[in-house]
Amino acid sequence: MARRDVAIVATAQRPNEVGSTLTSVELILPVINDVITKVGIERQKIGFWCHGSCDYMSGQPFSFVAAVDAIGAWPPIVESHVEGDGALALYEAWVKIQTGECDVALVFSNGKTTSGPIDRILNLQADPYMVTPLWPGFDSLAALQARACLDAGVLSEADMAEVAARSYRDALNNPIAYAKENVTAEQLLARPYTTAPLRAHDCGVPVDGANAIILAAGDAARGLAGRPAWIRGIDHRIDTQRLGARSMVESSSAAIAAANAGAGDDRIDIAELHAPYTHQEILLRRAMNLGEGTHVNPSGGALVSNPAMAAGLARFAEAAESVFSGSADRVLAHCTSGPMLQQNLVCVMEGD
Amino acid sequence: MFTAPLVVAYPYKRTVGTLLSRFFQSLQEGRLEGTKGSDGRVYFPPAEFDPVTGRQLDEWVTLAETGTVVTWAWQSVPQPDQPLERPFAWALITLDGADVPLLHAVDAGDMARIRTGSRVKVRWADERSGGIRDIACFDLLEGAS
Repeated sequence: MARRDVAIVATAQRPNEVGSTLTSVELILPVINDVITKVGIERQKIGFWCHGSCDYMSGQPFSFVAAVDAIGAWPPIVESHVEGDGALALYEAWVKIQTGECDVALVFSNGKTTSGPIDRILNLQADPYMVTPLWPGFDSLAALQARACLDAGVLSEADMAEVAARSYRDALNNPIAYAKENVTAEQLLARPYTTAPLRAHDCGVPVDGANAIILAAGDAARGLAGRPAWIRGIDHRIDTQRLGARSMVESSSAAIAAANAGAGDDRIDIAELHAPYTHQEILLRRAMNLGEGTHVNPSGGALVSNPAMAAGLARFAEAAESVFSGSADRVLAHCTSGPMLQQNLVCVMEGD
Repeated sequence: MFTAPLVVAYPYKRTVGTLLSRFFQSLQEGRLEGTKGSDGRVYFPPAEFDPVTGRQLDEWVTLAETGTVVTWAWQSVPQPDQPLERPFAWALITLDGADVPLLHAVDAGDMARIRTGSRVKVRWADERSGGIRDIACFDLLEGAS
């Protein structure tokens, strides 16, 4: 079966914030309405709705069912949910369109990260017998990975601070970014360790956020966007869940996913990498062979706003918008999931 | 707007299968047992299936109580339910005789006392119930790092 041409035709994101008291439905509803209004499509034309979120974060099983209130279930709709980042829901929607069952899909995600201790909550996703009973938290696990990289000479604490400083400065130009600061790497290095060898700036800032994206195939995409962001390649790979059996100093799953998505076939203008930790951005750049000519995370990335379960789809939104505006021709969007870059999804998009 | 705390918990039990049953029983009895893969690599905690061939692993290896820190991080403010209540190190530790490290805590007391390559030894929990917490934590071997 020939692969169908599929593009992102519209995106919507709400400003990232801390301490939101809105319900998940209230977080989602505005971005759903916003993204539909942007393309001016009738709701009945949306053949598939796909949602990414995490029940552990909501503190109740099947919490995602309530999200249907934000999209409306009458007339009947076809919908699905992924227990994970919205970018993984986008992958499911892309597959759905490939099957020919629909031409237009709406993908959305939400993360209320600040309503509980997110570092502890995400630990529930780890190995239930060997890791969860110790309650290490994702920051501590990332810190183990960072130390291994420092020991191996793969990167330095100054390299990590450069990533943070660039992200905080770039965020000054992003109205929906949460943390932003005109700061240098030297200033950041003078700040104390939180979970050594990580400092506060090495860890993505937990925030509350939501976003939505519309995908469309072929002529439908051309009718909905002036310059669609065509998906040229997309791939999702996973490293072993055994933390000790995984390389700490490279990301083989990210490298495979990037190669299969065609990242190396031509230059990449902009790469939006979902790196919740500074050293992980460096590992991802190496795994994907991203060179000096690629602007990494002009949005500020997940370091400045990390709405868990929505931060990956946010990368897709940011990358697609740069194609819509004409500021980039060939872009890469990435999503990670699990501790220490366990899962990696890579997508390459191009404008006409 | 006011918020009220909501703590949700789901206490339940589940069977752990033949491999983890043996592993947890050996921990309860104060032994450290790993499994050997087709490439000769010894896993601790044990691997149930060979990462190379997918075959079920059944060759058990008894390991020493000492090991080496492969990488570490400093938990300066311990959180609820973690292995230690005072600042400690998380570490990946390769037990002597094993090839693949496990995650656990090292009661180093001070960040300056631990480094990659530090030698450590198991501290058993006073009361053991069959689980990874039967290892209370690891202690630094004095003068050996």
